[in-house]
Amino acid sequence: MNPADQAAVAAQGGEPRRIEMGSIATHDPSAFSESCVSLCRGGARLSAMLTIPTPAGADVIALLLRDHEGRARLLRMQVAAGGEYPALTAHLPQAQAFERELFEDHGIHPVGHPWLKPLRRHAELEGTVREDRTVPSPGSGAAWPGPSPRALRHPFLVVEGSDVHEVAVGPVHAGIIEPGHFRFECHGEEVLHLEIQLGYQHRGVEGLMTRSSEARRLVVAESVAGDSVIGHALAHCQVVETLAGAEPPMRAQVLRGIALELERVANHVGDLGALCGDIGYLPGASYFGRLRGEFLNALMEISGNRFGRGLLVPGGVRFDIPEDVRRDLLARLETVERDFHRTAELVFGTQSVLARFEGTGVLTEMAAEQLGLVGPAARASGCDRDVRRDHPSGVYRFAYIPPAVAADGDVLARALVRRLEVERSLTFVREQLGALPEGPLRVPLGAPAGDCLAYSVVEGWRGECAHLAVTDAAGSVAGYRIVDASLHNWFGLALAMRGGQISDFPLCNKSFNLSYAGHDL
Amino acid sequence: MNGNALDLAILVLVPPLLPAVIARTKAFFAGRRGQPLLQPYRDILRLLRKDAVYSRTTTWVFRAGPLVSCATALAAGAVLPLSASRHAGGFSGDIVVFAYLLGLGRFFTMAAALDTGSSFEGMGASREAAFSSLAEPALFVALAILAINARALSFAGTFGALTWSMWGWNAPVLLVACLAIGVVLLAENARIPIDDPNTHLELTMVHEVMVLDHGSVDLALVQYGSAVRLFVFGALFLHTVLPHLEVSHSTGAAILLAGELAVAVMVGVVESVMARLRLPRVPQVLAGAGLLAAIGLIIQLARSAR
Repeated sequence: MNPADQAAVAAQGGEPRRIEMGSIATHDPSAFSESCVSLCRGGARLSAMLTIPTPAGADVIALLLRDHEGRARLLRMQVAAGGEYPALTAHLPQAQAFERELFEDHGIHPVGHPWLKPLRRHAELEGTVREDRTVPSPGSGAAWPGPSPRALRHPFLVVEGSDVHEVAVGPVHAGIIEPGHFRFECHGEEVLHLEIQLGYQHRGVEGLMTRSSEARRLVVAESVAGDSVIGHALAHCQVVETLAGAEPPMRAQVLRGIALELERVANHVGDLGALCGDIGYLPGASYFGRLRGEFLNALMEISGNRFGRGLLVPGGVRFDIPEDVRRDLLARLETVERDFHRTAELVFGTQSVLARFEGTGVLTEMAAEQLGLVGPAARASGCDRDVRRDHPSGVYRFAYIPPAVAADGDVLARALVRRLEVERSLTFVREQLGALPEGPLRVPLGAPAGDCLAYSVVEGWRGECAHLAVTDAAGSVAGYRIVDASLHNWFGLALAMRGGQISDFPLCNKSFNLSYAGHDL
Repeated sequence: MNGNALDLAILVLVPPLLPAVIARTKAFFAGRRGQPLLQPYRDILRLLRKDAVYSRTTTWVFRAGPLVSCATALAAGAVLPLSASRHAGGFSGDIVVFAYLLGLGRFFTMAAALDTGSSFEGMGASREAAFSSLAEPALFVALAILAINARALSFAGTFGALTWSMWGWNAPVLLVACLAIGVVLLAENARIPIDDPNTHLELTMVHEVMVLDHGSVDLALVQYGSAVRLFVFGALFLHTVLPHLEVSHSTGAAILLAGELAVAVMVGVVESVMARLRLPRVPQVLAGAGLLAAIGLIIQLARSAR
């Protein structure tokens, strides 16, 4: 890496986010597991795991973030085809989804994993599979010796007893929502256990990211989760820029920050309205619903799309905020902010609302910590982690948004965290709109570096959006990994429901508001 | 026009207006315009033109559910005095028949829900059974207060006794009875804070989940029947709250209609200003209403014995 490149990469965050593949030390499987576990015991958490098939087997790279230091560690191991290694999940519950995925997609067996149920492809793999089935590996197109179908057959956990009953919800739901299957084991109205089975939205996003042209990759990244367009597009753009060693102009970075916060505000406000709707509190549902539209419209004025599609592009942004629009936005945001404040005062001052929110769906700090939760759901359980502060990139290196943390871990805490985040994000947006730096919107990108790994983490409204890309010698993408906050957080919802009322599930579910598409990819 | 024919016409034709009034009230609070007042009639007519689909696991019980619950609601309305306290449907003991007609309708709704074999509907039926076992005593005790107050076992007698002077000396006990009937009105008609009739979330529903599998004519009967039940409870509530007046049938009918509209608006206002109760709290509210009514009954008995 030449010095100029190094400086550019370093400027992306506190430390380089582009690493030559050769400089990542390769561990043998058991050392890899041990290092992961000891790092996580020392305060790190598993943010993403990337697997690249190689002729000999597979290359597994884990991204661990040390939030309190703002540092990242990459660990790498090579496993032979159909090989095995000591499972992390036995010691680190937060690794469960990653290892289930590793087993399902690449046939690598994490020995000692307590629950190797397919993460996404159960419908395709279970029941109808043949004994000689092989799973095609993504990227190379070569056949991969998959896990035996028997190992993949994983029935729902069943609670037995005379008064226990089972309720199955989905994957087809009554409302217009995404598909997912929820299996409740209940004793009367009390939920003893909830099992969430997803995968119905699996579209092969990561395969598309490796195969597509760069122009198309951006569109795919924007579609990872329809409500996190800016979050995932930003993470993707930063990865591409890091690979090319480019730094977008300051004005573009500020505009990206404004768009990301507007997306956060729109979604949080919409969630607060939906929470009110679920408990039948009409004023909250109506007023917040109206306000959500205001923030989406602000995004539309900037980008021409209510969800901000097409705004971001590697190297900068496509659209500027002209002076008249800037003034108009500032004036409008002031009224809308006042309306939000009034509505929030009304909702959080209504006893019947608090009675429903308080103590519902409690997720303890210990559970959130062990499951590696991210985003508002983690902060509501007392885990003080926010990528914008811990691993800042772009405009967040210069502007500080205090993270909103609550302690109780119930629906009320998750609602309060959203309220605080809306208020703080709006303050940020007004500050940034008040002092937009001058300058160009885009820089041209050079060729991406070859044989490199680049990663970027962005605090989307739902939590951390992590993107990892690995290039081959020619600089084209050989492997791409996307981790949406939902992948970490779904299990938190299942635990929060234990011992709760089944009638409170929709409310609890809404308070997490996780993405099915973001999980299934 | 014959008073009884007028009552019957009101009972059959007016009820679908009430859900529309509730919806309009809620729309007003939400800053929307709301549905046309005749929308429920259109919905019912639309449903009547549709073909029905029945699951193979269901039996005649499933088809009987909507029919019986609608018929019992109408029959309960027929034994209740509407525009005047004296009417053709009244007889000694009609208070008891009234309560049991509604109970019969509820039983068939629950049986039809269980007949589908769906875990959702079973859950709804279980909730309905649990809640109505608490709502029914509350209603019964409240009606007993009125009956003992009037020393009569018919609606005509009990309502006839609720004069201005009676309210003057027995107001506390009568208020307790009104309160209990008001709570039962919200519970029996699946309104907020007991239940949310507008939710699409099956896991939270009580009444609505029991009728999820009905379509076409059955659904029309369900919707019409629940509108009639709201109307009937509204009439019961009004006759209890309003002091008895000796007026002509047409004036009585006008008062009734105005009162029913007021009840619908009241329900709409309640739904617009508060959230639904957590499900485990519902039995406490219903038991509380029953307990309050029981205390009222004791005071009433003590007074009557004097």
